[in-house]
Amino acid sequence: MPRRAPNETRPHPPARRGSYPRSSGDDDHSVQLADGRRLAEDAVEWLPPAEGTVFALGLNYADHAAELAFKAPTEPLVFLKSPATLTGHRQVSVRPDNLLYMHYECELVVIIGKTAKNVSREQAMDYVAGYSVCNDYAVRDYLENYYRPNLRVKNRDTLTPIGPWWVDRDDVADPANLTLRTWVNGELRQQGNTSDMVFDIPYLIEYLSSFMTLSPGDMIATGTPEGLADVVPGDEVIVEVEGVGRLVNHIVSEAQYAARQVQSA
Amino acid sequence: MKQGRIVLDQQARRVTPLAAGKLLLDNGNPLADQPQWLAPVTGTVYGVALNHRSLLDKLEADFQQPPYQKAPATPVLFIKPRNTHAGHGSTIALPTQAGKVFAGGALGVVIGKTASKLTEQQALDAVAGYTVVNEISLEESSFYRPAVKAKCRDGFCPMGPWLVDAAAIDPLNVEIRSYLNGELAETNHSRDWLRSVPQLIAALSQFMTLQPGDLIIPATPLRQLEIRPGDTVAVEIPGIGRLENHLIAEESAQ
Repeated sequence: MPRRAPNETRPHPPARRGSYPRSSGDDDHSVQLADGRRLAEDAVEWLPPAEGTVFALGLNYADHAAELAFKAPTEPLVFLKSPATLTGHRQVSVRPDNLLYMHYECELVVIIGKTAKNVSREQAMDYVAGYSVCNDYAVRDYLENYYRPNLRVKNRDTLTPIGPWWVDRDDVADPANLTLRTWVNGELRQQGNTSDMVFDIPYLIEYLSSFMTLSPGDMIATGTPEGLADVVPGDEVIVEVEGVGRLVNHIVSEAQYAARQVQSA
Repeated sequence: MKQGRIVLDQQARRVTPLAAGKLLLDNGNPLADQPQWLAPVTGTVYGVALNHRSLLDKLEADFQQPPYQKAPATPVLFIKPRNTHAGHGSTIALPTQAGKVFAGGALGVVIGKTASKLTEQQALDAVAGYTVVNEISLEESSFYRPAVKAKCRDGFCPMGPWLVDAAAIDPLNVEIRSYLNGELAETNHSRDWLRSVPQLIAALSQFMTLQPGDLIIPATPLRQLEIRPGDTVAVEIPGIGRLENHLIAEESAQ
């Protein structure tokens, strides 16, 4: 089962298929590097699995749209993310001070493997290289009704962990039937299934490639089901997509984050 | 100082201008032919919507109505992803079945240093220089949802040709001229922007770290300059340069 984790230390070269270390396949959560070395999961600095354009979907699960008191959209609600917001497995995410509500979003990520323009939904899966997991945090206090959700809500430093693994497409038998789960401090808080997506993976690839070219390494975060809740500094948040991965993240305050930055400088 | 990026023998190279339109290659040799230009930067391109008074004045009443309810309180941002980035002289394919397409003559502010939580007073220290951008878009009929379909089409963000050092330009006093088929078609000025370049850098860097090579488009005016297949569109900023692109129909590009 080829699974890839990012290189061990920064600075890292652009992610290339085949250049990543692999899961040792053992239950001890160790990873195996390309040179054969075996390291504990917490002995490496995890990075996002790819480096292309990141697309994210809003309101792409009917139950979640209902939770937010929205009708499911008739066309995909797509927004973009920049590298500024991305981080890896086992990193921290900052909750801004003086907030009412910041929530996690467990999502299946599709990684594009071939240049795609005007691809039909029947052919769309040929353009998928693999899958990963992301936690698409949102700060709801900052929502405004312009290009909603705008970058201040969805593109903040540290607020989009992606990883840990890039799982090859063919190792996931049915991406349209995967359980998504989120735990906060060990308690199951969110559960859903990719079968409830409003716009499924083939549709999203057909839609995006109908007006723009997708390139290898581009990633599509496909939206989240219902079950959102506020998270605060000190919380451990784990998002998991069945058969794809389990992404661990810790919430810190602005002051805690600043102290970490000074320490690592 | 000015520099640009070109493709030579399938590699990205840097050039600087010589007299009479000639170019000097990064190895010290003059370049004989007009090159294939690349965008002068490779980082993230952030655009600021609703920052030009020509547009704000028109929408003032709409802002009080659904779905907006009130005027925006913070900068409204978008991203022009890598498939939109293009260089001076590139041919841009326009869709013919998606409604009108508009030019968006704009300044490009290029970041030179890692920038996080800067004050307005510190903001310009993070600027490496300036370039010219044409932020092409379909009609901006709504600002409620992210305008990915309108703004993220291939080639819809030509930039260049030159990156001019920060010291050469006052970002509070910039005039942007757009030309259609050689005729001056639109002029807009930085004094018509709601938020200035230092204010925008300060606001963006409060919540996301800007990296060297990132670019900010501070404003585009009300979309009035329609462009069509067959046209040549140019955007010129005195002291920076002239960005020219030819437009064709998407069908003929395939």
